[in-house]
Amino acid sequence: MNSLRQRFRSALEALDHVQAEAVLKQALAETAPLEMIERLVVPVMEQLGAEWDSGTLALSQIYMGSRMCEQLLGRFLQLGTAKLRPSPRMAVVVLSDYHMLGKRIVHSVMRASGYDILDYGRLDVGALVHRITADRLDILLVSVLMLPSALKVRELRDALDARGVRLRIAVGGAPFLFDPALWREVGADAMGRTASDAIGIVERWTEEAAA
Amino acid sequence: MTTTSLQRVLTTLGHCEPDRVPLFLLTTLHGAKETGLSLRDYFSRSDQVIEGQMRLLQRYRGDCLYPFFYASLEVEAFGGETIFIEDGPPNCGCPIIHRPEDIDRLEPPRVAESACLTRVLETIAGLKARVGDTVPIIGVAISPFSLPVMQMGFDRYLELIHEHPDRFARLMAVNEAFCAEWANAQLAAGATAICYFDPVSSQTIVPRDLYLKTGQEVAKRTLARIQGPTATHLASGRGLGIVADIAATGTAVLGVSALDNLAELKAAAAGKVTLLGNLNGIEMRHWTPELAESAVKRAIAAAGRGGGFILSDNHGEIPWQVPDEVLLSIRAAVDRWGRYPLDWVDHQAAS
Ligand code: B12
Repeated sequence: MNSLRQRFRSALEALDHVQAEAVLKQALAETAPLEMIERLVVPVMEQLGAEWDSGTLALSQIYMGSRMCEQLLGRFLQLGTAKLRPSPRMAVVVLSDYHMLGKRIVHSVMRASGYDILDYGRLDVGALVHRITADRLDILLVSVLMLPSALKVRELRDALDARGVRLRIAVGGAPFLFDPALWREVGADAMGRTASDAIGIVERWTEEAAA
Repeated sequence: MTTTSLQRVLTTLGHCEPDRVPLFLLTTLHGAKETGLSLRDYFSRSDQVIEGQMRLLQRYRGDCLYPFFYASLEVEAFGGETIFIEDGPPNCGCPIIHRPEDIDRLEPPRVAESACLTRVLETIAGLKARVGDTVPIIGVAISPFSLPVMQMGFDRYLELIHEHPDRFARLMAVNEAFCAEWANAQLAAGATAICYFDPVSSQTIVPRDLYLKTGQEVAKRTLARIQGPTATHLASGRGLGIVADIAATGTAVLGVSALDNLAELKAAAAGKVTLLGNLNGIEMRHWTPELAESAVKRAIAAAGRGGGFILSDNHGEIPWQVPDEVLLSIRAAVDRWGRYPLDWVDHQAAS
């Protein structure tokens, strides 16, 4: 698996469709889908994310790579229709902001990791509270790019608290990277420095909920 | 004779030490606060922005005027719309390029025919009439390589760069023509220099090898057409690994990120390009006077020696949420610690 990981990583970085597809096919011939995802796809995406965070990889590589990954797995594993793993009820949203790329990457990464996740698009606080209660979410992933939007997470948390709605909120996006104390200030439960951090956060919370 | 802001800035651009470190307090939205207007109203008339900028200059004694409205203004010129909020910078609305084919028919807007751009030109002319050659007036143009994020959406633009080289080239040609005309119109109106915002070229967004084939080529062609000095700004994207590449585009100044090490940036830039930065504007929101002072000291210690350095925030715009007291603390700290020769830096290093 180690050498497959190396090859998969290089293929994603070089945006080499043919090579990435060949690696996935080989891995799927050797292991079950979920195991393949956990041992090949997730570690590679986490590695790429960590390198973006430390400044050695660029966002264009993260976006194009995660998109390719999602497309290939979508073809092989019928993502979205076949249940690959038990997923908490969760959604990803852009809160009061007009910048969709962060959410798009988080969505790709989560789907490529085998999770079912609702895509709420862009919503303001009021409409979001309605959707959260209607769907009885366990986890909400929030992406923003502008500082005023990041500060809106506080409003969201207060509105949810006022209605007695309990769920975990993970946030991410540029303002949280520049001010590492911001996520606590606005009442989030976790912050991801890069899109693939969402995988670990959701995994941790799912385990905690099961325990 | 006292040194004017323009003299101070020119000295540091020549990689010599002026009387003190120049301070560019890049406040745009704060002008609306000063004049008691909503952001939408404030930016709708040039006389209001002139008044706002002059009040900010008086209050904080920065070393430049900054008649930048907001990035989405250029998309307005292309027929797009801007969405205003009460407590932050406006953003662009729906993309103006819906399908890749739209690029084939795209034409650069003419500056003189665009009411929103004309408002900026009037603002620059009005400021120039007030300050003459004492304070530099910094105009802004979004780079042809970064503008498409707003013209077509970030995801579709990244796909265009990677998958449709011909249409990408056509879009660059249109944007380069527009950017050069827009920058030159601002210089003609009285701007001293043009800040060329190009965060998509930063290492945060594209890898260096792609930059060398795309953003750098675009910058070389475009800066050559701009008839005045330029400052390339990465808008807080990382740039440590491409300092020399950016200097090779012919720019005089580089706006750098708090995410990069300023001393390492200075070592890479020394003698080639003046650094502008790199205070963290997002964190600034809750700085105490002590935190402001230590951030200013740290930046000056890292990059002040020998000139070639202008202190500012790292994005090219201080957020609306940053209180006036913080800006005053930054001002006071520069007065206290920014005087050349910066002997305290050596003493501090020795102790
Ligand atoms: C490139 C850039 C530009 C470009 C393109 C912007 C765009 N997307 O539309 C241009 C030049 C057009 C631009 C303009 C502006 N910009 Co700008 N820009 C940037 C820059 C360098 C990158 C932004 C970006 O899109 N990154 C891509 C996204 C996907 O990255 P990201 O949000 O960090 O997401 C990653 C992680 O954080 C994580 N993540 C994201 N969401 C989530 C969610 C979860 C749950 C998890 C786990 C992880 C996660 O995953 C992603 C990938 O790993 C940043 C500074 C920086 N260093 O990041 C400033 C920045 C975003 N800009 C900023 C601003 C203010 C503006 C303007 C409003 C300026 C103005 N006054 O006009 C305009 C607005 C433009 C518009 N759309 O109308 C500010 C926003 C904060 C603030 N001050 O309010 C920033 C942060 C700069 C700063 N340090 O202050 N900008």
